Amino acid sequence: MTTDTIKHNDDHAHPVTHGHSDTGSIKVFGFWVYLMSDLVIFGTLFATYAVLMRGTAGGPSGAEIFDLRLILAGTLLLLVSSFTYGMAVLSMTAERLAQLKAWLVVTLLLGAGFIAIEFYEFRHLIHAGFGPDRSAFLSAFFTLVGTHGLHVLFGLLWLVVVLVQLQTKGLNDMTRPRILCLSLFWHFLDVVWICVFSFVYLMGVL
Amino acid sequence: MLGKLSLDAIPYHEPIIMVVAAFMAIGAFALIAALTYYRKWGWLWSEWFTSVDHKKLGIMYFLVALVMLVRGFADAIMMRTQLAMAAGGSMGYLPPEHYDQIFTAHGVIMIFFVAMPMVIGLMNLVVPLQIGARDVAYPFLNNLSFWLFAAGAVLVNISLVVGEFATTGWLAYAPLSGIEYSPGVGVDYWIWALQISGVGTTLTGINFFVTILKMRTPGMTLFRMPIFTWTSLCANVLIIASFPILTATIALLTLDRYLGMHFFTNDFGGNMMMYVNLIWAWGHPEVYILILPAFGVFSEVIATFSRKRLFGYTTMVWATVAITLLSFIVWLHHFFTMGAGANVNAFFGIMTMIIAIPTGVKVFNWLFTMFRGRLEFTSPVLWTLGFIITFTLGGMTGVMLAVPGANFVLHNSLFVIAHFHNVIIGGVLFGMMAGMTYWFPKAFGFTLDETWGKRAFWCWLIGFYLAFMPLYVLSFFGAVRRMQSYANPEWQPWMILAWVGAVVIMLGIVCTVIQLWVSIRDRRLNADVTGDPWNGRTLEWSIASPPPHYNFAHAPEVGGIDSFWTHKQRGAEAVGEAPYQDIHMPRNTVAGPVISLFAVVLGFALVWHIWWLAIVAAVGGLISFLARVFNDDIDYWVPAEEVARSERVHQRRRVARDEWQTNGSALGGFAPADLRG
Amino acid sequence: MKDSPIAHGSVRSYVIGLILSLVLTAIPFAVVMGGLLATSATLLVIVAAAVLQVLVQLIMFMHMDTKQEEGWNLMSLVFTVTILGLVVGGSLWIMHHLHLNMMIG
Repeated sequence: MTTDTIKHNDDHAHPVTHGHSDTGSIKVFGFWVYLMSDLVIFGTLFATYAVLMRGTAGGPSGAEIFDLRLILAGTLLLLVSSFTYGMAVLSMTAERLAQLKAWLVVTLLLGAGFIAIEFYEFRHLIHAGFGPDRSAFLSAFFTLVGTHGLHVLFGLLWLVVVLVQLQTKGLNDMTRPRILCLSLFWHFLDVVWICVFSFVYLMGVL
Repeated sequence: MLGKLSLDAIPYHEPIIMVVAAFMAIGAFALIAALTYYRKWGWLWSEWFTSVDHKKLGIMYFLVALVMLVRGFADAIMMRTQLAMAAGGSMGYLPPEHYDQIFTAHGVIMIFFVAMPMVIGLMNLVVPLQIGARDVAYPFLNNLSFWLFAAGAVLVNISLVVGEFATTGWLAYAPLSGIEYSPGVGVDYWIWALQISGVGTTLTGINFFVTILKMRTPGMTLFRMPIFTWTSLCANVLIIASFPILTATIALLTLDRYLGMHFFTNDFGGNMMMYVNLIWAWGHPEVYILILPAFGVFSEVIATFSRKRLFGYTTMVWATVAITLLSFIVWLHHFFTMGAGANVNAFFGIMTMIIAIPTGVKVFNWLFTMFRGRLEFTSPVLWTLGFIITFTLGGMTGVMLAVPGANFVLHNSLFVIAHFHNVIIGGVLFGMMAGMTYWFPKAFGFTLDETWGKRAFWCWLIGFYLAFMPLYVLSFFGAVRRMQSYANPEWQPWMILAWVGAVVIMLGIVCTVIQLWVSIRDRRLNADVTGDPWNGRTLEWSIASPPPHYNFAHAPEVGGIDSFWTHKQRGAEAVGEAPYQDIHMPRNTVAGPVISLFAVVLGFALVWHIWWLAIVAAVGGLISFLARVFNDDIDYWVPAEEVARSERVHQRRRVARDEWQTNGSALGGFAPADLRG
Repeated sequence: MKDSPIAHGSVRSYVIGLILSLVLTAIPFAVVMGGLLATSATLLVIVAAAVLQVLVQLIMFMHMDTKQEEGWNLMSLVFTVTILGLVVGGSLWIMHHLHLNMMIG
């Protein structure tokens, strides 16, 4: 994410930076590879959830505690935020800084809304006595969904950092790849969430 | 205020630990005093600790690995001594509680803090040079990876004197590693040491994967890459795909221990077998992460010293790729006895036997490379020959273990111990010793002493067979692993023989230390002035030893496999010639060491439940990371004049060498004095 | 980044992507919440909608194709998904048989 960014240097019209020639694209590619490793983490958590799903130990099962209306609301927020981030990237390519910031702020608010809903759901469950220490099923559920939530939270922090950098530095060869990396991250979290609501929540209530 | 930490955590009552700790303290004090006396702190900080130069990071990885090898070996010889004594009712000198910590620490240290850093250190040193790159794709992350690894190593060593280490075995099987059965801090040290260094390893994997794919010099297509680069590429693919499984699994164990969750507990619906399943889904690819780069080293060594192109380059590449993929479908052979049934066991048994095929292909490739070559019996070649024989033997006992029926008998016996030391010492360690000897002159500008190198090899080889063949024998008598004492006195002679083997291996380590000392003392005599001491084949030998920090003045053009060798045959060496241009390089960074220092504090605080300190360290780490993110003064330009200066020196030496070779080589003896230093 | 190989799509592709993902979200939620189909058919709908929607995200939002980074983006994704298939599928297979044989887990 934060490596050897090339500053444009007018004294070096023909930089002999073989291999470094397109640092921005190397960063984005590397970030993609990181996402692949993150995908393996989520895969491991999904496998664990699938194995422990029936380990309710006398506690509630998914069908008894999942509130699909809440999940649908969260899903819609996240889906739309994926779209608004796409709009932000389009504004960036069009060099419209103000528009870019506006779309990023909208994305930030939608993501915060998603987190708020998840926080509410978790708090509600824990207060009802169905915390992650109640059963293996609940441990796996909280960990899988919570890991996704932590990623979204980290994405929000990153959005703030990008917004601050856009304010202080504007659009340059350092901020551009970061915005693209964050866009991959944000869409990736959407992909993971599709799997979560399909395999955990929808199948859980069947 | 200090969580679970109190003065009782320091094991005063254990004389062995106290003596070791005293030696460590004296050693550390002497080192610090020497550095202060010679005023080397500033140099160390600005030239090494904060360096983003892949060559220096590679050297630091290797240095830490050698130090940890001594620590891990101390554990080994303590265990062998214990077992040589503790027969027929004797309890030996190590109580079970201490013995259990020792075998756990031995495994963890040897795999994570010796084998891994050796492999990663060699990749750091060699891969960018072999692909004609000036640095890795993400130089700062490379520095951070090293320091995160070092942070893990520091935590393991702290556990020696503050508290305890895990008594669970190196993979900390649940539920034994759960809070109910391991309430102490040992498993927590294990968790945080592995978690922190594991993050570093994952970052390294991504870094080198991207470096190899995106930063190759013009003309170097994938199928023109040197084999060591190929094997490193595949090892990094394995790191990226498997280390996250380890991270996730340890995280789940952490949640069990810290937040009372029930992933791997034996009540509340937990499933401890899922832990075993997941840890091996990482663990089996891990052994190929270690061995593939070692295969790469042997391929380079054998081609260079046979003066032949590697036999079957393409099959070697495809065999490596096949192993990469197959390594993900064999993990169950580590727990055939778990009870998944005949179908499952049959599938994984057969897959395990299949993975032996590409490995066999490689062995034939090495043999045919030597066949009708002019093999020089240098010490890297000796390590390679020792490897081929030893590893083939280890591979065969591996195939025996892959038969589920036989496995039910051999599981958890000393046979398993003998087998994996057979492949890890005979494969990874021999490979890393060969690689160290082979690339040492590239890193430092002088070759290692051959006599002591060969002595080290023979001690290791003989010591290995003495130490581990008795374990195969003992396993047939029914001896199991991880036993602190045994009743049958008939086993004792074999145990004593194994102890003798360990002593011989110790002599091998001593030989390596002497070798380093002698070589440094005679460095002028053994100077590698041309940058190409072995008449090498790949690009790293085309530049000076040690290379300039920018590596290549120009991106070398590559037209085929072993391009540098072909150039030399045609009399046209690929040395950078004028005109030179300014070179863009990354600046050193303090962020890596600082973030990792916070990581050590964070790990320590979490081990001892000192929550306020954990929060302070986490925030500190985050702030130092953000400081790095907001810093845009992270690179600089090397002026063309500086490049010209250092390239001229290298060319002058090359020319002098050529003249000497054509005119003076018939006279024998060393190169003319002006060639040196 | 002028010559960046990373495609950024267009307003049109993003709008289509959004509509598709909304539809593909609505269908499984409606089927499950309304109890419209039998269990096995519902499972099929959920899986199909999820797979399609993941593809929509990858293609319309993340612009996956065979050309980016000489195809390495796509290749690394295919490799990772394959490995995940092996590890997750294998784990479930192993644990299922373990459950049958040992009555645990």
